[in-house]
Amino acid sequence: MTAQALDAPVRTALAGLLLAMADDEFVLGFWDSEWTGIAPILEEDVAFASLAQDEIGHAQALYQLLAELEGGDPDELAFGRRPEEYRHARLLDHPRTDWAFSVARRFLYDTADAARLDALVASAHAPLAAVVAKMRREETYHLLHMHAWLERLATGGQEPRARLVAAMERLWPDALCVLAGVEGDDLLVGAGVLAEPLAAVRRRWLAGLAPELERLGLPPAPAAPPAGCRGPERSDDFRWLWEQFTMVRRSDPGAVW
Amino acid sequence: MRTLSETEVWEALAEVPDPEIPVVSVVDLGLVHAVELDGERLRVELLPTFVGCPALELIRRSVAERLAGMAPRVEVEMTFAVPWTSDRISEEGRRKLRDSGFAPPAPTGPSGGARPLIATIPVRPTATCPFCGSTDTNLENLFGPTLCRTLFWCNRCRQPFEQFKAV
Repeated sequence: MTAQALDAPVRTALAGLLLAMADDEFVLGFWDSEWTGIAPILEEDVAFASLAQDEIGHAQALYQLLAELEGGDPDELAFGRRPEEYRHARLLDHPRTDWAFSVARRFLYDTADAARLDALVASAHAPLAAVVAKMRREETYHLLHMHAWLERLATGGQEPRARLVAAMERLWPDALCVLAGVEGDDLLVGAGVLAEPLAAVRRRWLAGLAPELERLGLPPAPAAPPAGCRGPERSDDFRWLWEQFTMVRRSDPGAVW
Repeated sequence: MRTLSETEVWEALAEVPDPEIPVVSVVDLGLVHAVELDGERLRVELLPTFVGCPALELIRRSVAERLAGMAPRVEVEMTFAVPWTSDRISEEGRRKLRDSGFAPPAPTGPSGGARPLIATIPVRPTATCPFCGSTDTNLENLFGPTLCRTLFWCNRCRQPFEQFKAV
């Protein structure tokens, strides 16, 4: 299905979903890159640099799809907005914090994102289905890696376990925001763009995680996501990150590289 | 003027090396999705290996430079029309990878419908050492120096080596 074939309300809803997904990947990629040079072991320095590069690449592809749908410039979408105009989930408003915190966040995000991609791989919006098919192949490595770390920290003795549990308790409500409904997601389902409403994707995600969390004795999910899941209120930590990732562009707006 | 054949275009493409692993060409890696000859227009579509691969524009430009002049109009574009997978690397490409110290990728699994969200690394992921042929190897890191590589250690010849990711 081409963009022209979509009704205006469906197109608006799709634009909202694309922006939310692109901002999630973009902001997470920048948090990942905060570990460059200071990860606990060299292998993780390499791994998190790769994870960051994957996510920023996915964001770039999604901003490109959004620009093709609504007009505009992908770079401007990525770097040209004020902090309150970003639509990433509140899960990505938290700073890097410690290693267990970054592992917990990535595990929760990657599994939620995998459930979301599953609901888009057969999308009637063909350009999105194509990008999603490609992203999923790469994300498999993220799932493998983060699960290995989750298990290692959960079973690795008192301190890593205590830190992991504390991080999960802190992050759980905001993690639910990744799969909180976006405006018009019922229209997207009706048009075949999305396989099921995001609330149903969220239930599938949580049902998929529950047995493993129970096996590892990790905190279960809370009942419902908080209000204001995707802004416009933004944390000071995100504002700091925004200052960092827009710094070069703001120093010389319109520069050609 | 002599007519340009598709074979000549493929031969030219086979001369364009991958910028990160120059022993293999864009044809060996299976990056070429389509070659279209239509009168004065030559159009080549390439598949990105990884969405975030920083070499994509470099690859596109190298191909465009190699084909320049072969037809009055040459267009080279990237497309997601079908996902590139490591299964597209040719036998010849696999041999070249092995000869230069890279283990070729394992076959990828099915990629259709929903997958389990809890994905576990097999206890002993397998890779064959490209230096000594031993299968007594350990996974060191799923991630490596570029997006497409994984790090292994060979217990027999006691050397690290890289395997192309199976994606």
